[in-house]
Amino acid sequence: MLTPGQPGTFPYTRGIHETMYQKRLWTMRQFSGFSTPEETNARYRYLLAQGQTGLSVAFDLPTLMGYDSDDPISEGEVGKCGAPVSSLEDMETLFEGIPLAEVSVSMTINSPAAVIWAMYLAAAEKQGADPARLSGTLQNDILKEYIAQKEFLYPPRPSMRLVTDTIEYATRYTPRFNPISISGYHIREAGSTAAQELAFTLRDGIEYADWAIERGLHIDDFAPRLSFFFNAHNDFFEEIAKYRAARRLWALLVSERYGAKDERSLKLRFHAQTAGCSLTWQQPYNNVVRTAVQAMAAVLGGTQSLHTNSLDEALALPSEAAATLALRTQQVIAYESGVVAVPDPFGGSHYVEQLTDELEAKAREYIAKIDGMGGMIPAIEQSYPQLEIANASYAFQKKVEAGDAVVVGVNRFRNETEVPVATLRIGEEAGRAQVAKLKSLRSRRNAAAVAHCLDELREAARGADNLMVPLTNAVRAYATLGEVCSALRDVFGAWTERPVI
Amino acid sequence: MKPPIRVLVAKPGLDGHDRGARVIARALRDAGMEVIYTGLRQTPEMIVNAALQEDVRVIGLSILSGAHNVIVPKVLELLREKEMSDVKVVVGGIIPDEDARELERQGVVKVFQPGAPLESIVNIIAACA
Repeated sequence: MLTPGQPGTFPYTRGIHETMYQKRLWTMRQFSGFSTPEETNARYRYLLAQGQTGLSVAFDLPTLMGYDSDDPISEGEVGKCGAPVSSLEDMETLFEGIPLAEVSVSMTINSPAAVIWAMYLAAAEKQGADPARLSGTLQNDILKEYIAQKEFLYPPRPSMRLVTDTIEYATRYTPRFNPISISGYHIREAGSTAAQELAFTLRDGIEYADWAIERGLHIDDFAPRLSFFFNAHNDFFEEIAKYRAARRLWALLVSERYGAKDERSLKLRFHAQTAGCSLTWQQPYNNVVRTAVQAMAAVLGGTQSLHTNSLDEALALPSEAAATLALRTQQVIAYESGVVAVPDPFGGSHYVEQLTDELEAKAREYIAKIDGMGGMIPAIEQSYPQLEIANASYAFQKKVEAGDAVVVGVNRFRNETEVPVATLRIGEEAGRAQVAKLKSLRSRRNAAAVAHCLDELREAARGADNLMVPLTNAVRAYATLGEVCSALRDVFGAWTERPVI
Repeated sequence: MKPPIRVLVAKPGLDGHDRGARVIARALRDAGMEVIYTGLRQTPEMIVNAALQEDVRVIGLSILSGAHNVIVPKVLELLREKEMSDVKVVVGGIIPDEDARELERQGVVKVFQPGAPLESIVNIIAACA
């Protein structure tokens, strides 16, 4: 067994800072977005007024898939799972009255991440914000899309080029912005074990680092801005051990593989979100308790920022009351529970140290196996991580079915009647409003300039130059998200997954 | 002995969250059914064509994005147009109670909401044979 060492010292098992929350609490960053950019903007202003300390944008499915709100394929989906952003105009509306030079903004967007980020940078520019002061995080983790969440547009290699373009651009121009959040969250939501979540996420991190180095960047130029995103699931001690193992393993991998010298390159910083897949439709108030326990694990595991889910999220997008209660859950942990007094309080606990060692060993086995396949892209092409997750997910469901895994209120301790909770309903009006706005935009903008920018983008995509400049030019001319993604699809092609069960 | 029931498990719409669809597909297969999984992002037309070509008895639609009120009626309408009303439709996903009742009124055999036991899903689909 490794001796746990001290918080703030290599390999950072016990935390990346010596003092952790004694000096500064984690960022309370609630993910939200729904209906229209106007309504989402109002929710952001409300959340900031309630003491939330950073924003986190949820986009709707058409936006996540690179389609405009007025694309026929978007019918019925606009504003349902998040905010629609089809153009720079929508991005400007989303952040109206919110100073982007001061508020840190996380954006959950993957396949079209480079395009959405170009819109964000252009919106910040219009506010007069200095790019060097912008802080926030782009999720931009395409590998986990092939592995778990399945929101992909292009084949893996051109997608990796786009990610590498954003990493290179951020390294040069937006030193306080995290261009990627390497995510285990969705891997876990898709049904993986804790060990799989840890292993696939860190192996994805290696893949991004390999591509950035291949591009000519030095590990210490970009690694300090790689960020991570983990799930906070039910198994309390296992989750705490997972975060500890993640920090240790990443520090060791980055120093072993790349010889990083800057200690910031070695420190794994992460965001955590409580487990959406653990929430139940039955007896939804039980979800408040699940979320509180999970959030406590993330805090005891040393997270840098946290989203707590709302009690109604197995039923709908959160209502304002439910979203406020979720934020209050974090505030109670932070200000009343006393757990912030000492970093890594479980350091040295026989059980937690053993779990940490076990998870690290299991993750190393997976990483070695994927290395043996030639890296994460060949592994994805062989459906390896996808099938490992599907097997774990089915095994868990069978345990629930047999009563070997207890889900309170679902397979044990059921109520005959359910107490209904008021949920948020998003009608089709949001879609109609977006269609009207886009129609107006298309008639007002300079069509020739848009066409020219899209041609230049296609031309650049055929070459090897960084695409952030032609992307930014296109969105400044109010080319829409759908037009830009379609221009890239002309060059890169589309990706469809082999349906295996 | 009757031949095994053939079931098409489909993911319509833009949503890629396929954990549920995959679990159901495996559970139906383990129960002895012949399962065809369409993969992601199928339009109602693609789903109904696949159902026709594969000669299935049941279509299971998995929708978690909130687009069910637009997608499910389209599938039902296409089945009627193609005179395939003998093909039964079941739906699973995050479907509010009132929407579930409305979809069942329109002809869906059963809407399975979160937490529905695999056993009951298997039994209801088996009863469609």
